[in-house]
Amino acid sequence: MSNSFLIKTEKLYKKFPMGPTVLVALDNINITINKGEFLGLVGPSGSGKTTLLNIIGSLDSPTQGSVEVLGNKIETLSHQDAAKLRNNHIGFIFQTFNLLPVYTVYENVEFPLLLQDIETAKRKELVMQALEWVGLADRKDSKPSQLSGGQSQRVAIARAVVKKPELVLADEPTANLDAKNSHNIMETMVKLNEELDTTFIFATHDEKVMKYLKRKITLNDGYIQRDENISLNNQ
Amino acid sequence: MLIIKLAIKNLLGAGLRTWLNVIALSFSYVAIIFMQGLYAGMNNQMEASTIKVQYGGGQYWHELYDPYDPLSLDDAHGIIPNEIDGLIKSNDATSILIRQGSIYPNGRMQNILLKGIDPNQKILALPTHLLNNENGFIPALIGGRMAKSSGLKKGDFVTIRWRDAKGTFDADEVKIVEVINTEVSEIDNGQIWIPLDRMREMTAMQNEATMIVLKQDSQFAKNLSGWEFKNLDYLLADLRSLATTKSAGASIFYFVLLLLAMLAIFDTQILSIFRRRKEMGTLMALGMTRSTLIKLFTLEGSMHAVLAAIAAMIYGGPLVWYVAKVGYGLPASTNSFGFALGDRIYPEFTAGLIIGTILLVLIVTSIVSYLPTRRIAKLKPTDALRGKFI
Ligand SMILES: Nc1ncnc2c1ncn2[C@@H]1O[C@H](COP(=O)(O)OP(=O)(O)O)[C@@H](O)[C@H]1O
Ligand SMILES: [Mg+2]
Repeated sequence: MSNSFLIKTEKLYKKFPMGPTVLVALDNINITINKGEFLGLVGPSGSGKTTLLNIIGSLDSPTQGSVEVLGNKIETLSHQDAAKLRNNHIGFIFQTFNLLPVYTVYENVEFPLLLQDIETAKRKELVMQALEWVGLADRKDSKPSQLSGGQSQRVAIARAVVKKPELVLADEPTANLDAKNSHNIMETMVKLNEELDTTFIFATHDEKVMKYLKRKITLNDGYIQRDENISLNNQ
Repeated sequence: MLIIKLAIKNLLGAGLRTWLNVIALSFSYVAIIFMQGLYAGMNNQMEASTIKVQYGGGQYWHELYDPYDPLSLDDAHGIIPNEIDGLIKSNDATSILIRQGSIYPNGRMQNILLKGIDPNQKILALPTHLLNNENGFIPALIGGRMAKSSGLKKGDFVTIRWRDAKGTFDADEVKIVEVINTEVSEIDNGQIWIPLDRMREMTAMQNEATMIVLKQDSQFAKNLSGWEFKNLDYLLADLRSLATTKSAGASIFYFVLLLLAMLAIFDTQILSIFRRRKEMGTLMALGMTRSTLIKLFTLEGSMHAVLAAIAAMIYGGPLVWYVAKVGYGLPASTNSFGFALGDRIYPEFTAGLIIGTILLVLIVTSIVSYLPTRRIAKLKPTDALRGKFI
C-alpha cells in the first residue's frame, strides 16, 4: 500500500433524517489511523461511536465527506466490493457476540475462511491457531448455547482474527461481560495486537477498557472532543 | 457448496418446525403420486375392460350409424360385406345388429336398444352363450344397470316391441336369462341383448348388421364401401376425455394439499427472515453479499422439498409398492360412476410420475421460498445488525 495510513476520514458527516429535522450523528470527523493502533472511540451513549465504526467497517456509508479504509473509498464502494473488503481485511466483534447458533465453536471460527474459499487443511490450521489464541481449543465442538458470555466473546474474537485481518472493529465488546471476563477479553486483544500487529478499534464507554487503550478518541454529539495518545509508560 | 452446507445446517438446526413442514410437504408428494397412479391404473383398466367387452380390435360402422342419434338406427343396417363374412367364419370378427324398440315392464313403456349378437361369438367377453337357450321363448341378456332401471330380474318375461325393416310394428316376449354384472355402462344402460339370428328374423334383415366388431389386435383395416372403420383411438376418445375430467377433479384435492404445505413454507420463510435479521447482519459483516444471503434463504426453503421427498420415499415408498402389488379395493358404490372397473384397481406408478411430481413440488417450493427473500435485497447491514428490518 502506498499510503502510510490505514484509515483516513476527511470532513466526514453522517446525518439521519428524523421526521422534519435531521440528526447529525457524525459531525466533521477528521482522523487518521495507522497500522497497529489499539484505539478506543469513547463517549456517552448516542455520541456516534457505532455509526463511525460502521462506516469504517463499510457497513454504512457517509452522508458527506470521504473515508478511506485500506485504500478503498467507502463512499463509492459498491455493495459487492464492500463485502469483499470486509471478507478479506476486516474482523468484527459485537456486543452481543452474534455467533451462529447452529454451528459449533469450530465451525463459527471457520466460517470467514469458508467465505474466502481457503482449502481444508489450511483452514483447520488457522482455526485451531485462533482457538489457541483465545484459549478455547478444548471447546471446539461445543455449541454457542453451551458457552458462557466470556467464552462466547472469545469465540467471536477468534472468528474476527482467524483470517488475520489488518483491522478488527469491536463495538462495545465488554458490555455484556463481568469485570473478570472483560479484562480477560481485553488482554487477549492486546496480545493479538502485539503479536500480529493487527489494528484494533473499539467503540466503548466501559471504564474497564480505558486502561488498555493506546489512543483514545472522545466523541460527543457526533464531533471529536478529544484525541489523545496514551503512553504505555504512564500506566 | 458453502451455502448448501449452511442451508442444511440451518434447516436441521431449526428442529421441530422444519420437520412439521417436511411432513406436511411429504403428504403432498405421496397424495399426488398415489392419486395420479391410481387414476392412471384406473384409466388403463377401464380401457382394457371396455376393449374386452365392447370395442374389440376396432369396429366397422354402417355408414348411417350414429351412436348419438337413435333415429339413425332406422336406416343404419346393411348386408355384411364378403370380406367380413370370412372374418366372422374364422372367429376374427362378430356382427351386431341394433334397432330401436320399447319394453313394457309393469305396464310402463321404456325405450330401449335391441341388440342382436351371435351367441357363439368369441370376440367380446360377454356371456352370450346363454343366448343359445331357446326353449320356446326368446332368451335375452341385460346388464345390472338396465335391470335396476327397469326392475327386471333373471327369469322375468317382458314384452318388447320393435319395427321391422319395412317399418311395421311387431311385438313379442323375451325371457331374461341372465343379468350381467358388467362394468361398462355402454353395453348395459337401456339395452337388451338377444340372439342375432332371431333378431334378423324378427326384423326381416337377413345377413344384415349395424356394426362389426373385430377381434383384438386385428390387423384388418380395409376400406369397405358403405361401412366406416373406427379404430380404437377413435372409439376410446370419449373414455379418455372422461378420464381427464375425472383426474382434473381429483387434482383439486392435491392442489389444496400443496397449497397448505406452501402456506406453511411461506410462513416459515417470512418468520425466519424476520427473526434472523441479526444473523443476516452478522453474515454481511463477515463478508457475505446480499445475493448470497438471498440464495441461502431460498435454498433453505427449497431444501424442505428435498427432505420431504426423502421422507415421502421412506413411508410412501413401501405404501406405493404395496398398493401397486395388491391393488386398491374400490368401494362398491364406485360402479355407478359409469367407470369400467374391476373390483381392484392396480395403480401405475411410473418413473415419469414420480420424477415429475418431485420436480413440480421442488419448483413450487423454490418459488414460494424465494418470494419472501426478495426483501433482503433492500436490507441495510447496519439495520440488520441492530435487529431492525426495512
Ligand atoms: N439508522 C439510524 N437511523 C436514525 N438514527 C440513527 C441511526 N443510527 C444511529 N442513529 C442515531 O445516531 C446517533 C448516534 O448513534 P450511535 O452511533 O449508535 O451512538 P453510540 O454508538 O455512540 O451510542 C444516535 O442519536 C442514534 O439515535
Ligand atoms: Mg453504540
